[in-house]
Amino acid sequence: MTAQRPQPDLLYSEEEEALRAAVRDLLTDHCDAADVIARVESDTPYDPELWKALADGMGLAGLLVPESSGGQGATHREVAVVLEELGRAVAPVPYLTSAVVATEALLAFPHSRLRSSGGTPMADDLLGELASGRRIGALAVALNVAPGAAYQLVRHENGALYGELTGIADAAVADVLLVPADDGGLYAVEADAVTVSPQVSLDLTRPVATVVLEGAAGRLLGDAEPAVRRGLRAGAGLLVSEQLGLADWCLTETVRYLKERKQFNRPVGGFQALKHRLAQLWLEVVNTRAAARGAADALATESTDADVAVALAQAYAAPVAVHAAEEAVQLHAGIGMTWEHPVHLYLKRAKADSIAYGTAGRHREALAELVDLPAP
Amino acid sequence: MTDAAELRGRTQELLAAHPPATTDRLDFLKARFDAGLAWVHYPEGLGGLGAPRSLQAVVDAELEAAGAPDNDPRRIGIGLGMAAPTILGFGTEEQKRRFLRPLWVGEEVWCQLFSEPGAGSDLAALGTRAVRDDGGPSRSSEAESGGDWVVNGQKVWTSSAHVARWAILIARTDPDVPKHRGITYFICDMTDPGVEVRPLRQITGEAEFNEVFLTDVRIPDSHRLGEVGDGWRVAQTTLMNERVSIGGMRIPREGGMIGPVSKTWRERPELRTHDLHQRLLTLWVEAEVARLTGERLRQQLVAGQPGPEGSGLKLAFARLNQEISGLEVELLGEEGLLYEDWTMRRPELVDFTGRDAGYRYLRSKGNSIEGGTNEVLLNIVAERVLGLPAEPRTDKDVAWKDLAR
Repeated sequence: MTAQRPQPDLLYSEEEEALRAAVRDLLTDHCDAADVIARVESDTPYDPELWKALADGMGLAGLLVPESSGGQGATHREVAVVLEELGRAVAPVPYLTSAVVATEALLAFPHSRLRSSGGTPMADDLLGELASGRRIGALAVALNVAPGAAYQLVRHENGALYGELTGIADAAVADVLLVPADDGGLYAVEADAVTVSPQVSLDLTRPVATVVLEGAAGRLLGDAEPAVRRGLRAGAGLLVSEQLGLADWCLTETVRYLKERKQFNRPVGGFQALKHRLAQLWLEVVNTRAAARGAADALATESTDADVAVALAQAYAAPVAVHAAEEAVQLHAGIGMTWEHPVHLYLKRAKADSIAYGTAGRHREALAELVDLPAP
Repeated sequence: MTDAAELRGRTQELLAAHPPATTDRLDFLKARFDAGLAWVHYPEGLGGLGAPRSLQAVVDAELEAAGAPDNDPRRIGIGLGMAAPTILGFGTEEQKRRFLRPLWVGEEVWCQLFSEPGAGSDLAALGTRAVRDDGGPSRSSEAESGGDWVVNGQKVWTSSAHVARWAILIARTDPDVPKHRGITYFICDMTDPGVEVRPLRQITGEAEFNEVFLTDVRIPDSHRLGEVGDGWRVAQTTLMNERVSIGGMRIPREGGMIGPVSKTWRERPELRTHDLHQRLLTLWVEAEVARLTGERLRQQLVAGQPGPEGSGLKLAFARLNQEISGLEVELLGEEGLLYEDWTMRRPELVDFTGRDAGYRYLRSKGNSIEGGTNEVLLNIVAERVLGLPAEPRTDKDVAWKDLAR
């Protein structure tokens, strides 16, 4: 515990602020709350136009991928800024699952070895495809699994894959699934070789699905364990930024509404009981921002402290996002209970996010090991 | 514009001319002040060089490396953090030259006479009266002074009053106007025979603070800071600086109150329970995130982009200190039933390190009261950061003398 720890850069650079402004502009134009509400009950709950604009137009799906593999060669810091904005808009796009988790899992494989392993071009080509956004990938591990925790496997038998996986986020929109099998390998499986059935999901904007494999063909990418762990750690660490954006929207929108809304011949936001709750929430959002920046910077710099930074940030941010959304519903009161007002999308996302990539309690348990505060 | 290289050069010149090993501590500090290296953002001639505040760290690092003495800032915190910026902002040239140097080197300790038994969160309601004595013979030798002021009243929660040479004081000079408008800001001589300081024993058993009784205390008009009736605005500068001086330090992980309880947890497995484990981990997470928020604020200040985040830090640390020390008392079990010493003492410094959990539990109760209660700070965040409306008020347009009390 005495070793000098690297100091994280917790600010936003000018480039990061410019990126934020560009993404926010795009979302303002293309991700209107009323449209999202209408879309989630339609045949296309995901927004392909928005995905195209983000991935094709702005190149954001390839931020984590080196330029040599067809990406932008940026870092987790920039991805975090994109996720803040996507969280603020509860955007129905598979960014976290494809451009972060599946991409990070693929980045675990040394590319040259895969290339020379013969036969099918794999991780590198897949990385390039995901980076371009032309194809969408999903790691076939249930959304609730924490980094380092156990996950479901499929059977590998005579060169084919068999089994049923549940709780796979964004599988319904994925073109390719990264499937861990009982022989220890991670396989790339085309979505049209399996049966994907959307499950009725709490989070309307990031639904989960079951994936049934009945003798599906898969291309072996390499060992599943390190790839899954890496994908989930990046997912947990960067989800914090999505939770930050979500909480920030809930706070900002609630403050705005309470300045307008009048009861008892006064703006409701002038009552001290409510002001104190909103000020408390502001403190939590401020703290979440520091934690989110800390996690993104630790991942970007491959810090030795990254495991702690991710577990810390996730343990803190998940309850804050839920608290922010719950306060937003309560303080919007009647209108907050309606289907028409978008705040329910945020509550559903926040609650599902508090389970995604491990609950706060799971991350606290991880910290107990990492910082030597052992259980009795 | 003074840059880091130039400051390093000036610091080395100071060290060469006054080697710390062979120079008297006070002489060194005076030389440092005169070289403009005391607080580099202050003007030339007043201990500074008009340089950016962030460059102070350059000077401090050079001096620390050379083993130079410091001015023991914790002993003179009120002078440095509150009196000095107010004198700089509102003092006359003569006041600045008279007071800032002995303040900074620590020859003269300052205290703050603001709070009163009847004016806590509502500080502007204060009742200590200052009346101009135009007729009587002035004890002040300054010919240009507009006569003495005679002050009567009671102040409270005054740390360092028993060792202070001077006090910053706010008093009511006009009871016939609304409360914020009738206040004037003074520099009060604590050696005046009308100043009586009594220790105020607190829940820890000690007396860090004092009550100060002011009876016909005479203050020359040349010791007034700012205009007559403008004391509330002057006091805002003092109070703003109080909150700024809370942030700004780089703290290592487990550097705060979470450190001792984590150490106890690691060293004494026999004390561990599942319930305590869950609560400890939750508090560890909150303490570490609050530390990161402080670090982020520090980085913002260094980058010249101060944010409103500082308003929240005091709130966060008050709650964490209370909850963590409370958990620690519980963790200690049978030892938690004991207390180190209830003897009435007068500590020089308020310092949590090296004190037992029971003391820290009791003393940290003050963290959510001193320097603005949690409830007032939440109002400030709600109104100034979030822009929410203030509660309707009945006291703003009423003359002070007609207020309910």
